[in-house]
Amino acid sequence: MKPVFTYTKGMCRVDTSYCPGCTHGIAHRLVTETLDELGKLGDAIGVAPIGCSVQAHKFMNVDMCESAHGRAPAVASGIRRVHPDKTVFTYQGDGDLASIGTAEIIHAAARGEKFTTFFINNCIYGMTGGQMAPTTLIGQRSTTSQEGRTVAQAGSPIRVCELLSSLDGAVYVERVALDSPAHIRAAKKAVRRALEIQEKRLGFTFVEFLSTCPTNWGLTPADAMKWVGSNMIPYYPLGVFREPEVSKAV
Amino acid sequence: MGEKVLMKGNEAFAEAAIRGGCRFYFGYPITPQSEIPEYISRELPKRGGTFLQAESELGAINMAYGASAAGGSVFISSSSPGIALMQEGMSFLCSAEAPLVALNVSRGGPGIGGIQPGQADYFQATRGGGNGDYRIPVFAPSGIQEAVDLIYNAAPLAEKWRNPVMIFADGILGQMMEPVTLPEQRPFDEPQGIRARKPWAITGYGDDDSRKNVVKSLRMQPDDLEAHVEKLFEKYARAERELVAAESVGVEDADIVLVAFGTVARIAKEAVEILAERGISAGLIRPVSLWPFPYGEFDKIGPRTKVVISAELSMGQMIEDVRIGVGKRLPVRLIHRTGGMIPTSLELADRAEAIFKEYIRT
Repeated sequence: MKPVFTYTKGMCRVDTSYCPGCTHGIAHRLVTETLDELGKLGDAIGVAPIGCSVQAHKFMNVDMCESAHGRAPAVASGIRRVHPDKTVFTYQGDGDLASIGTAEIIHAAARGEKFTTFFINNCIYGMTGGQMAPTTLIGQRSTTSQEGRTVAQAGSPIRVCELLSSLDGAVYVERVALDSPAHIRAAKKAVRRALEIQEKRLGFTFVEFLSTCPTNWGLTPADAMKWVGSNMIPYYPLGVFREPEVSKAV
Repeated sequence: MGEKVLMKGNEAFAEAAIRGGCRFYFGYPITPQSEIPEYISRELPKRGGTFLQAESELGAINMAYGASAAGGSVFISSSSPGIALMQEGMSFLCSAEAPLVALNVSRGGPGIGGIQPGQADYFQATRGGGNGDYRIPVFAPSGIQEAVDLIYNAAPLAEKWRNPVMIFADGILGQMMEPVTLPEQRPFDEPQGIRARKPWAITGYGDDDSRKNVVKSLRMQPDDLEAHVEKLFEKYARAERELVAAESVGVEDADIVLVAFGTVARIAKEAVEILAERGISAGLIRPVSLWPFPYGEFDKIGPRTKVVISAELSMGQMIEDVRIGVGKRLPVRLIHRTGGMIPTSLELADRAEAIFKEYIRT
């Protein structure tokens, strides 16, 4: 009988450490399953961030290293120089990438680094316990914005895709969401396109996943999925922000 | 045998790193070492290596960490405030046991300080400027030839010990010119050969995922982290025995013993001659390895010696190691300049003589 579904070799056969309703598991699966489909698992080198996904290397079945907070794009830039023929990626959260790591991500994009960054945006610091992130929405409560984030006190949330889209080196920039089966299918296409464009070494490729953090949002997993659609997508619109002409034929 | 040429220190350091086999360099401009990234940006790509100018020293050290974790042979250089920024990465590299050749062409501090030579990064270099329990072998040349030799040998040393190795050269060495004999070029590693030589490196595991590698420093379980650090320190204990290096002259029968490293040791050698003309027998201990510190050299000091003097371009940092080496046998005193000021050999001799006189009973 032909199998209709198989476990991807890209994920290690261990339980993840993520909370119920967290979309890290989905994002991990999309990345590794796509690498598997492209025949790149054995050629891939990943960089894990600081944050909940610091142990992504326990779950993703590829060679990986950890990196200091926010530095993953610098680390990946070094890896890319040593291994010009491999598939290189970073996997980073919003506290890591959009706050302490802004210099590294912007300059990696500006240099047109030939790796892919998968960016998990859940509007909050997860591992440290729900503090305000640069992506925390106006009015959103966190443990360091307990009455809700205000523009006066903390400024406005950073839209990373829009920011990186101003840089010529960032050749592929797309924002997707993980809150519904349709959005997850679209997300997988974005992962595939980013990796295919990386394979052509056209420049820096970037996929942002709007993700959940039910634990720190204080919501049930089901309500957290709804919150992505009702609160995040209106501020962080989905879509392709940059795409090389040549990739449209991919 | 290599060719003999007249070179500026910084350019000789860069050439030595390339010839030593460092195929990858990540850097950021800072005085007084900017000639290094300039030279390497011009020379390394011609020879099949990679130069990349980072967005900051934080970027540079983390690029270096990535390249090293991927099995590349990496060289970085900076000067004091830049080396301070790199300490985050030094701690990660040590925990991950990733090799690196690092050069500090040091200047005066604290803060942005100045751009003239200093040795006030001694604590940062030898005590661990980053977080956690780790050690970095540190070597301090006192001339450009010695610096070239130390840098050339640092890449295999870093690889053997799977740890960063630091060369501590003050700004005078970076900026002066001397004739040097350059060693032969070591071959660069090709990406295909890395996995065989460095089976721990992240290169992509190929067809066999049982060969999956992870380079990491996170250990959430305290017993796991403790065991890892204990293992690192077994390595450092071996390094303490094997890497210690010093030059000692005339310490067995000296009235006073000077202790100095780097450029100050050169000045001290002249001061020793001036003191001899004045009838004072001065010995000199020159630590070449700052960590491990050559404590054993102090056992050579004979019964005639009245005082040991640490001469430094800082407010007295190495003197703490000198005190450990001397113990309670003799008084230990300091002659220092700081902020980028450098004593002449005459000034050093005068101050040493004045200290010596305090210990002679007439």
